[in-house]
Amino acid sequence: MNTLFSQFWPYTIDGLSLGAIYALVALGYTMVYGVLRLINFAHSEIFMIGTFGVLGALHLFGMPSNVGGFALVGLVLALAVVGGVASGGSAVILEYVAYRPLRRNNASRLAALISAIGASLFLQQLFARLVIPQAFGLPKEKGALPVQGHFVRRTDVIHIGGFELSNDRLIVIVGAVLMMVLLDLFVNRTKLGRGIRATAQDPETAVLMGVNIDRIVTATFALGGAMAGVAAALYMLRFEETKFDVGFLLGIKAFTAAVLGGIGNLRGSLIGGIVLGLIEMYGSAVFGSEWQNVVAFSVLVLVLMFRPTGILGESLQQARA
Amino acid sequence: MRSRLITVVGVVAASATLALGASACGGNSKGGGDNVTIGFMGDLTGENSGIVIPPKQGAQLAIDQYNATNPKVKITLKTYDSQGKGEQAVPLAKQAITKDKIAGLIGPTFSSESAQADPVLEEGKLPNISSSATNAALATHGWKYWHRLIANDNVQGAGIGEFISNGLKAKKVFIIHDNSEYGKPLGETVKATVEKAGAQTSEDAIDPNGSDFSATVNKVKAFAPDAIFFGGYYSAGGKLIKQLREGGVKARFLSGDGSLDQGLAKGAGGTNADGSIIGCPCLIDPSGTASAASKKFAEDYKAKFHADPAIYSAEGYDAATAFIEAVKAGNTTPEKINDFLTKVDKPGVSKEIKFQSNGEPTATDVYVYEVKGTQLPLLGSAKNATVK
Repeated sequence: MNTLFSQFWPYTIDGLSLGAIYALVALGYTMVYGVLRLINFAHSEIFMIGTFGVLGALHLFGMPSNVGGFALVGLVLALAVVGGVASGGSAVILEYVAYRPLRRNNASRLAALISAIGASLFLQQLFARLVIPQAFGLPKEKGALPVQGHFVRRTDVIHIGGFELSNDRLIVIVGAVLMMVLLDLFVNRTKLGRGIRATAQDPETAVLMGVNIDRIVTATFALGGAMAGVAAALYMLRFEETKFDVGFLLGIKAFTAAVLGGIGNLRGSLIGGIVLGLIEMYGSAVFGSEWQNVVAFSVLVLVLMFRPTGILGESLQQARA
Repeated sequence: MRSRLITVVGVVAASATLALGASACGGNSKGGGDNVTIGFMGDLTGENSGIVIPPKQGAQLAIDQYNATNPKVKITLKTYDSQGKGEQAVPLAKQAITKDKIAGLIGPTFSSESAQADPVLEEGKLPNISSSATNAALATHGWKYWHRLIANDNVQGAGIGEFISNGLKAKKVFIIHDNSEYGKPLGETVKATVEKAGAQTSEDAIDPNGSDFSATVNKVKAFAPDAIFFGGYYSAGGKLIKQLREGGVKARFLSGDGSLDQGLAKGAGGTNADGSIIGCPCLIDPSGTASAASKKFAEDYKAKFHADPAIYSAEGYDAATAFIEAVKAGNTTPEKINDFLTKVDKPGVSKEIKFQSNGEPTATDVYVYEVKGTQLPLLGSAKNATVK
């Protein structure tokens, strides 16, 4: 308890920056669920591909070192684009390969779920055994080991008494919130966004109204994947290290955040992610870090007992400005 | 399935060849009684072979030096590549006992394969000395033929704890472990040792597969320790150092042999790991600063293999020396050699070659290494090393 009080601000800032990354990844789960009623378990690997896209780009252009200040903001923007393209692109390909054929043949939802788990394992092993050793010139058996790329110079942007805010955490929090606002605007204000909402609400009527479902599904995967790619860039900014199964635990947490906030609801992802991040940090402060996951999932169970649809509880189609 | 079939065929073919070879020269070696075969078992070609080749070369060096003195009974070193896996170590152990009829075995090198192969060696009455299996539980089975020449994890924890209290004079120590079978007990032993010396402690555990250790970092900051001990492996250790330093924690970082790898400094990034102290019951001393014997060993090793002695090479040398002493004293059968091992007492390179009745070495030497860049030079024995 004492630790929590004496280190309240550090725990809070760390919780917020962790939660922001959860929230961005949660968007992918929530959007796909909203449109297809499918839990895309391979989304964690979409995030993993984003981290390697970012790391690959850093290596390709010669690993910069000690980047700080506005140069860092610019670099992270560029990396977010790289990560977004890598993850968004692979999400679209994933949909084409793993889900579209099943949808065409009216396969059951369980078949798609199995396909998702299969795709997840396939991508993990593909990276561990082939892609990572090849891309980083490592011996084959080293593909499962973490790969680093250190480029950030961390400084405190704000330092008042016990309140410290470092540049990387600030960028993560601001960047994530900014992306969510943009996505929210996109879904609520544009024609494509209206199509997504219409499909989520009632796919059959949407088709009758002239919505091209395949295009909408592709757009949904691309957007959700791109958000995971931005999350990957922010993750690399914070931790500067990734490996083939980096998405596993983080994916489960992000999925939890989506359920906690209300799956299918974009704003619910933000709330769910932030709440989960804070609970994990405060929970570790009070009970010790080994209880971090236990505390987080206990809270999830409690929330779902009293609000089975999550904190916000709405679904994508009802989320209005 | 296919690759498995090929392995099976390969193993059958290999053992057939070995059997032929053994029967072809069997009469010779037995009849003359002027040659004894000692085995070496470990992961010689797999992904962890980097820490098994050095002890093998150490053993090779000892045996070659002995044979060069033109003794009455010469020794041959025969290798068994277990890939570090228990399921491969067990049949190899059986083969060594029944077909090859070797007189003693150095290895198996890892704790997990030892746990499976050692009962076979015990049943086959084959004396064995491991140069690197450090799991403390191995000594608790009452095995008569099992020995090791490396201090176990408990001894290591106590040694590092002593160093934290005496060498570093740390009064506030924060213990972090990874909740693993290796890291947790090691952390607890260090904790108990420094507490006995009067230090104040606090502890936390991390998930080594997680990426965000900020909760632990904040806890460390609140405690403001002089020293931090981490019980776990280098990949999590590197990440931990990085996040501690970025969080503004300047306390000295220490860890055990699971972190004795260049990957620690790489994961930590930049100069974050510099000055960290890694303890290990092993002696890695390429510049020969530890003792005259160590200096001579380093020179001989370099001359023979054109490489610096690495992890466990001195222990491999000492294990072979124990068997050589037995043969020198006129023992050539497994039974007699094992009897001799109960009373052997000879200074080795890494430690005194002398066993307790449960097979543990009597020596409790733990050495400490200081991270400099990505190198890990020897600082000295944990008992008396000092840092600037």
